[in-house]
Amino acid sequence: MIGLAHRRTRPAAIARHALLLVTGGLVLLPFVWMTSLSLKPPSEIFQASFSLLPGHWYAAENYHKALTVAPLPRYLANGVLVCAAILVLQILICAPCAYALAKLEFKGRDALFGLVLFGLLLPHQILALPVFILGYSLGLLNTYAALVFPFVVSPFGIFLFRQFFRSIPDDIVHAARLDGLSELAIVWRIMLPMAMPAVIAFSIFSVVAHWNDLFWPLIAVKSPDLMPPALGVAVFRSGETSTEYGPLMAGAVLVILPLMLAFVVAQRWFIEGLTSASLK
Amino acid sequence: MTAASSLCHSGALEPSRDAASMSSLRKRKLDDMLAATALTGPAVALLLTLFIFPALAVVVIALTDWQFGAKSLRFVGLANFSAVFADPGFRASLGNTLAYVAMVVPGTVLAGLGTALLIESGKSFRAFYRAAHFLPFMATLAATAIAWEALLHPTVGLVNMAFAALGLPTANWLRDETTVLPVLALIGIWQNLGFAMVLFLAGLKNIPQDLYDAADVDGADQWLDRLRTVTLPMLGPVAMFVVIVVALRAFEAFDTVQILTQGGPGHASELLLYTLYRESFEFLRAGYGAAITVVFLVIAVTLTLIQVRLMDSRVHYQ
Amino acid sequence: MAAIGLDRLSKSYGANPVLKGVSLAIESGEFLTLLGPSGCGKSTLLRIIAGLELQESGSVTVDALPVDGLRPKRRDVAMVFQSYALYPHMTVAANIALPLRMRRLSAWQRLPLIGRLLPGARATIRQIDADVRRTAALLEIDHALARRPGQLSGGQRQRVALGRAMVRRPSVFLMDEPLSNLDAKLRVSMRAEIKELHRKLGVTFVYVTHDQAEAMTLSDRVAVMLDGELLQVAPPQQIYADPSERRVAEFIGSPRINMIEARVREDGRVDAGGEMLTIATGLKPGAEVTLGIRPEALDLAPSIAPGVLSGMIRLIEHMGSDLYVHLDRPGQAGQLVARLHAERASHVAIGQTIRLRVRADQVLLFGADGKRIRPGDGSRAIAVSDAAEPVPEYMP
Repeated sequence: MIGLAHRRTRPAAIARHALLLVTGGLVLLPFVWMTSLSLKPPSEIFQASFSLLPGHWYAAENYHKALTVAPLPRYLANGVLVCAAILVLQILICAPCAYALAKLEFKGRDALFGLVLFGLLLPHQILALPVFILGYSLGLLNTYAALVFPFVVSPFGIFLFRQFFRSIPDDIVHAARLDGLSELAIVWRIMLPMAMPAVIAFSIFSVVAHWNDLFWPLIAVKSPDLMPPALGVAVFRSGETSTEYGPLMAGAVLVILPLMLAFVVAQRWFIEGLTSASLK
Repeated sequence: MTAASSLCHSGALEPSRDAASMSSLRKRKLDDMLAATALTGPAVALLLTLFIFPALAVVVIALTDWQFGAKSLRFVGLANFSAVFADPGFRASLGNTLAYVAMVVPGTVLAGLGTALLIESGKSFRAFYRAAHFLPFMATLAATAIAWEALLHPTVGLVNMAFAALGLPTANWLRDETTVLPVLALIGIWQNLGFAMVLFLAGLKNIPQDLYDAADVDGADQWLDRLRTVTLPMLGPVAMFVVIVVALRAFEAFDTVQILTQGGPGHASELLLYTLYRESFEFLRAGYGAAITVVFLVIAVTLTLIQVRLMDSRVHYQ
Repeated sequence: MAAIGLDRLSKSYGANPVLKGVSLAIESGEFLTLLGPSGCGKSTLLRIIAGLELQESGSVTVDALPVDGLRPKRRDVAMVFQSYALYPHMTVAANIALPLRMRRLSAWQRLPLIGRLLPGARATIRQIDADVRRTAALLEIDHALARRPGQLSGGQRQRVALGRAMVRRPSVFLMDEPLSNLDAKLRVSMRAEIKELHRKLGVTFVYVTHDQAEAMTLSDRVAVMLDGELLQVAPPQQIYADPSERRVAEFIGSPRINMIEARVREDGRVDAGGEMLTIATGLKPGAEVTLGIRPEALDLAPSIAPGVLSGMIRLIEHMGSDLYVHLDRPGQAGQLVARLHAERASHVAIGQTIRLRVRADQVLLFGADGKRIRPGDGSRAIAVSDAAEPVPEYMP
């Protein structure tokens, strides 16, 4: 790699650490500041002096306020529910289709794949208007279904799974058929377990994308008890407590905390999952 | 199936096409067809309903005067488009978006490349630095935007306090029309640099060590020479790819505008997707919003197609 | 032209010792091959000579001057890599020119666009172009100068790699298995070209390979390495006929040399697993010895004759003019392989038991420690004739 081990000099190593600590520090600054403010009482927040740690710990009050004034636990729970529902449905619908594209021969296969590729081209925001109209006419708006239904089929998911399924040897499929498995059973019992890395990567991609999504929930739901985390925190910000930075920051911290913790634990999977989306 | 099995039993699988084997062949094909339909049916139906028809619908609506709740519609040709492009608000939005992308893309690519090179240049703490710089990409932008708002607060925000202490000029960053767009761009860079960094890290890993050895022997062993002779040329394809992907994400910027500025002051920070949202869902001007959507679609599809082209040429490069 | 001295070089990767105190004196202008199986440390040794890796102990000298602290570009060595390591984004001409550009142009002169406007740059660049063209013509790739490596065949890429190494006229050429990525026919023709290149340039070549044929045909001397140790350094023929230890004898020669455990008897003959052979060992009775018998040292014996080895044929490999016959010997592990003339041995068949006569003067003796036992001075070595009767041994 850049710099042979035996030739990397001390000064160079120190410079590297120094630079990376500076950039890392700058990059993490919003997080640090967010946390710091969430621990401070209003008096300290609005004084024009700098300190990271609060003189007077106000954490309990801030977090308590965040959790009660706005239904934050509800928002988080909605996030879990909606992301889980989307993911499960996505796998249920995309995996069999990907399997058919990868392993079966049928008329229209190429046309179908073309359809999938076309779907990959379209960013979901441009479909918002007609899908909104569709949701409206089906009476789905302002329900959990509204948050879920536009995403249940994912062209990216079909593409990714197909890629992976193709690399599984055909003979395994033949053996499974001889053993008497139906095609659907082959998908669940053979293909998906063998394609675990792709499943994990896709799951992470899907969960992160929908946990963080603001655009569609903003359009699709209005009542607070349906709001997922991103929308919830946006509403919280524009609500009555908009000048109370303490609880506001506490709310923000709580919203990003689940994914942050998961990321720290499973860093590699997250990075692979999120970058595979673009390397499609 | 019985015809087939009896053929097997007799041990004579002759290539002669008699009626029994033909019909069993056809039945097999039918079975395959049914299986394929069952497996792909839901996906196809949903793809059509949620992707294809909506995409067509957007184009159609853009060409009509349809309003929400209206019972009928009339084709008005390109009237919506001319209205859109005549609107100074939209033109401002488009201009802002192009400026925003022009700031975010180079900034993100350089920051991502720089951090990737720094991280790869040593062996220690790589995972830690990678995680730290990737965190903004993972975090809910809606939430971190609020943190940025606190940082950028004109009186008690850390940025102004630090700048004042260092003797640098301060400003009301989000309320001043000259600074608001660059500041949003900065937040965009902040959010996306981890993503660019990780893509570059993958690209760096793919450079064969042999090339560096050859460069050493050839005399190109200083860091700048190595960069010019091996690293940057080999990263060329990856860099092109990163540019397109980051540009796509930059065009889709929405959250920061919605939460922090709502397009203000005036139209200074209005971005394309925000305009789309406003017109389509707050003002409920369907035809107008659809026209904006089509403009957005054209940009996005063009970028994606360029990306696809680049993927192809990457294969030929090696 | 430079002599290279390696003095007790050691290196480990973590807990894994890769080089164990290797010492070697490479003469100026010679073609020396480091021969050994994968993982024996030969590539590491080459990279240490180049300066791409640092040894943990020991020193490297070039023309008696220590070079340990010097970076590769200062050591006046050029290297051809197994993967060629051509810069894929540069043309062939640019690839070959790079070492010259790095050495003859200053950093300012190397800047794109404006660099060539600086004083002196244009003249140097023209000179570099001339050198590149000359080298390319020598290697017959001058028609490909404007192409990129991705557009060339394997053999052409190899030449570009050679050209890049040659153009600097270094005093040492290092080559790390340069032919292993070529197909068999190309390999043979490139071997000849490399040998010719060495003759023309007269420069010290250090060549790494696991292929015996390459080592034997190209080298002035072969250094056999195994497990990080240098076993023997000698001209190819000597390595083959006069190996210094068992491991060298087993590595060189295809098919592998036959190794038979034997014991010296009271009457001086050698008991090879129940069959008596008349071989002068110069050892005391009761001594254990390993006989190394190459397949070509075995002949079909007339049916009644003492001093033979016999066994049942398990496999016959027809190689055209020769047959390789694999035998099982009763009560012995491992098979015996003999090379027989196809015409004379046309009657042999699998399952047959045949008798093979041993050419005693070609038998290599090895002790229990694996080291070669040379039967003392010349007077002790009595060649056993083809005669059917045993000849009395000279007893120590």
